Amino acid sequence: MTDKKGNVWVFIEQEEGKIADVSLELVCKARELAGKLGTKVEGVLLGDKLTSCVDPLYHYGCETVYMAEDPRLEPFTVQPYAKVIIDLIKQHKPNILMFGATHKGRELGPRVASEKLAGLTADCTELEIDDFDDKVNKNFYKDKLMQIRPAFGGNIIATIVNTWDDPQMVTVREGVMKMDAPDTGRKGKLVKVVPELSDADTVVKVIERVREEKSVNLKGAQIIVAGGYGVGSKDNFKLIEQLAEALGGEIAASRAAVDAGWIDHDHQVGQTGVTVRPKLYIACGISGSIQHRAGMDESMKIIAINTDPDAPIFSVAHYGIVGDLNSIVPQMIKAFKAKA
Amino acid sequence: MSYKILVFVKQVPDTQNISGDAMKPDGTVNRAALPAIFNPEDLNALELALQLKDKYGAKVVAGTMGPPNAAEVLREAMYRGADEAVLLSDRAFAGADTLATSYALSCCANKIGKYDLILCGRQAIDGDTAQVGPQLAEKLALPQISYVEEILELSKNKVKARREIEGGYEVVEAPLPALMTVIDANEPRPAAARRLMKYKKARTPFELSRDHANANYTDAEALAVEQENLKSRGLLITEYSASEVGADIQRTGLNGSPTKVKKIQNVVLKATDSKMIEANEAGITELIHELIADHTLG
Repeated sequence: MTDKKGNVWVFIEQEEGKIADVSLELVCKARELAGKLGTKVEGVLLGDKLTSCVDPLYHYGCETVYMAEDPRLEPFTVQPYAKVIIDLIKQHKPNILMFGATHKGRELGPRVASEKLAGLTADCTELEIDDFDDKVNKNFYKDKLMQIRPAFGGNIIATIVNTWDDPQMVTVREGVMKMDAPDTGRKGKLVKVVPELSDADTVVKVIERVREEKSVNLKGAQIIVAGGYGVGSKDNFKLIEQLAEALGGEIAASRAAVDAGWIDHDHQVGQTGVTVRPKLYIACGISGSIQHRAGMDESMKIIAINTDPDAPIFSVAHYGIVGDLNSIVPQMIKAFKAKA
Repeated sequence: MSYKILVFVKQVPDTQNISGDAMKPDGTVNRAALPAIFNPEDLNALELALQLKDKYGAKVVAGTMGPPNAAEVLREAMYRGADEAVLLSDRAFAGADTLATSYALSCCANKIGKYDLILCGRQAIDGDTAQVGPQLAEKLALPQISYVEEILELSKNKVKARREIEGGYEVVEAPLPALMTVIDANEPRPAAARRLMKYKKARTPFELSRDHANANYTDAEALAVEQENLKSRGLLITEYSASEVGADIQRTGLNGSPTKVKKIQNVVLKATDSKMIEANEAGITELIHELIADHTLG
């Protein structure tokens, strides 16, 4: 293929002018991908009154920022955002387009992909550039985006390739990609975009909006104590809280514990939750599905407590304790308090 | 005035209980090897539709795309309160990714005709992608409200709903017809005993002819009579093929799927330098002391 390649785009999500961490993480990943492809990193920033967002985007690695400011783009609604992005795609033909797998990204990405007839892979845990030799259909694709994600209950890891027209679209959860330090010396180009919106694009009206910043900051935590289905009950989750409090850590959970209603989704670690890399991760009663491990296996030290000696969590643990967390957790609290 | 509500549901493999032959060599799912269930959030979508039926009066049509056996979830939808059911089934749909699925469902919705609302579960547990709802909305050029918790008001021209956003909620309003994806924020009603007695006899034409063939019963006329009989009692599940909904088979199934599976790896656990700790006071105390000594703790 000799035709000029499109750039690597990141949808920049913002709330009241504050850029979402996941967008900055994706800009950093985009730098790596664009480096391999020999193309540029470009951000797509939509909303109203956004000028303060632009410089940080340069610092993290955007070489171009397409900025659309319009009162009709604030607060976020899907259709006008999709319209502006589709128009930009048609005009500039990016090679790759990444969204954070947030509430917004997960409702906007598919709407854009559907109109563009592009493939979209959700919740990727790794992204790489490689060739794809499609032997079934006898096609060879050079330098495609390998979209890697656990699939099917975590029993397999699938590498997915978008073989149609660009862009190759993916969503990625917060914390999965690492955020590099910004370089304030970096400069970029601002392209102001005038949205072309019709009344039909803005039929969904937001009447009331209530939100607060997340009270949990798992990504920044040094110590995390996480509970899974093996904790047994909502009441018993207090043990997890007590250990976290004693050690000065944050409380986390596996999906099974969140689904059981014992704790809020903000605390969920894993492919469909947050990815964390703390100094210490204590997994209590968590069997350790691939989706959960994908969110925590880069922790510096991992302690696993489980009654089942064959639980997969032990394969990633630095310290394994086979036994009942109901007696082990109190012993840990006691031992720490005695020493500290 | 009575509303017409389409609820698209999916029969999904129970991903909690997976056996080794769950995947085919081409990287698609071998559904035959897995227990199949009603996708949980689709039950929440059905429940919202049934609440609207109770409150405002509505005809609720449950639709699904899947193999012939997917008729089972349609019967379950009827046990709970759906008035009609439509199965979209064709080999041409096999191996569809989310884009090809939403295209096929859009053809089905157009075939069913005029509707006021389409409800879908936010996501299915076999893929967790949450893409088909928004893609279907785009294909049908409908306003889209995602992550709906509750429908606050339905009137002739518009719907008002409360939806989840990151860290809170929104109340939004959209004109009809509209599409909503629904999250796990209600308690789906169980099957009603009386409805179960009635609708357990519901069949697709395919199932009916299969029953006849299994009984070595080959009278085509008798089959046609029985089909008419089921239909007159509201027990015939409508079945559409790709051509019957006017789908272009270049846009369905594997043909219509831009994403291809390059490879599948079985999960290999990486070996970590792991140390087993005795589950007693001495072992745990030693571990805590070790972590304090290397500054992981304290």
